[in-house]
Amino acid sequence: MSVEEPIKDQDVSMNDIEANDQIVEDQPINEEEEEEEEELDTEKIKLLPGSTEDGTSASFQITEEDHTLGNALRYIIMKNPEVEFCGYSIPHPSESKLHIRIQTYGSITAVEALHKGLDDLSDFCTHIEEKFTEKINQGGFSTEEE
Amino acid sequence: MVDNIVRIKHDRVENTVSTDYPGFHNDNEDYSWDLTKFKSKFDIKISYISERVANFDLINIDTSVSNAFRRIMLSEVPSVAAEQVYIFNNTSVIQDEVLAHRIGLIPLKVDPDLLNWIDNSVDEKDKFTDGNTVVLTLDVSCSKNPNASKNSTDPNELYKNSNIYAKDLKFEPQGNQLEKFKSPVVAADPNILIAKLRPGQEISLRVHCILGIGADHAKFSPVSTASYRLLPTIEITEKIKGEDAKYFQKLFSTGVIGINEQSEAFVKDSRRDTVSREVLRHERFNGKVKLGRKRDHFIFNVESSGAMPPEEIFFKSVRILRNKAEYLRNCPIGR
Repeated sequence: MSVEEPIKDQDVSMNDIEANDQIVEDQPINEEEEEEEEELDTEKIKLLPGSTEDGTSASFQITEEDHTLGNALRYIIMKNPEVEFCGYSIPHPSESKLHIRIQTYGSITAVEALHKGLDDLSDFCTHIEEKFTEKINQGGFSTEEE
Repeated sequence: MVDNIVRIKHDRVENTVSTDYPGFHNDNEDYSWDLTKFKSKFDIKISYISERVANFDLINIDTSVSNAFRRIMLSEVPSVAAEQVYIFNNTSVIQDEVLAHRIGLIPLKVDPDLLNWIDNSVDEKDKFTDGNTVVLTLDVSCSKNPNASKNSTDPNELYKNSNIYAKDLKFEPQGNQLEKFKSPVVAADPNILIAKLRPGQEISLRVHCILGIGADHAKFSPVSTASYRLLPTIEITEKIKGEDAKYFQKLFSTGVIGINEQSEAFVKDSRRDTVSREVLRHERFNGKVKLGRKRDHFIFNVESSGAMPPEEIFFKSVRILRNKAEYLRNCPIGR
């Protein structure tokens, strides 16, 4: 089984990504689909070697991310009661790579825990944005520096 | 219920790490992520928002997320700054590269949302378009002022154009930029000194300003500072009266401690405290006061460099974190 050649250094716009969770394997791809494929950054997140067969514990490598996403994601994944362990590291300071390890109690897979974490984090941000907008519109605060 | 007060002792801190995760405590509290619960607990209090500075509190939120917002505001919210400086003539005492660097650091008043990102895959000569580049020019030369009084020693009177300021950068609209930008691009602070000239010296240059992020170069950072501190707490455990109270008051920042009619010291406004821990050095107050900080109460201070209102920068940081999560959610996991 050969894996489709990953596209390197692709600049991808944040807005026009279509949902696609499946791992890219050697499916026959025609020309049109290949163009679609280029929109997705297959190098962004990778499964690191050493995951268990059942997928309940795994480590992922995310490129171009740092403590900003790493720590926030670690926090929200640790909030999941199905997760036994979650931790992140930046193995080398001059390589922009983030490693994140997830071990679950067994009822969900590490990938599911990761995806739930990402969904929760985006809900979290949505609420903070809404709350801040609400407070700004409400007014009642000083416009002078104290 | 977890204790969320960081205890501050005279030489150490205690209870610094948040442990509000499922499986950490043997109580009946549910620590798992629950959006409805978060919505009911989370609060924002805005102290003030001026043209350049925003000061607000995020309450009942974890450090990991607060810190993400702070880091994004500093290094990932895009803004516009000078990237290329084409120098046609520079006979001033400032070297070309130093001059270019100084111009790069000048904050510009232009909405970054109106520009597109530079596409680095495009050929160098087609890379810069009216959609992604703002052009500024600086053409100045210094001359003697013939009307200066005879005995004057003031350079401002003796010479014309002896000081070159950020306001001397002139906007050269490309394409439909004048209509698109509504107001011409100017330096956010007009009186930043760029160079000093003497008669006969001149500077002639052209600047290309593009979008960028602070992680790439500090000139692209939209904030002067973006920081948070935890809300200080002061607990007086034993009554402090009379002369002691007056003395006690002086050990804190002004306005933190008040004295009531019974001449007893009370905590008036712990938010103003700098937590200097001075009070813990005085034997007479041993065991009478407890200092701390609320671990999940963040007092943010965001100072814009001038391109965007400070609250807009915070908004953008929240959106950027959400985009990161959503983008990663949609990425296929490779092997």
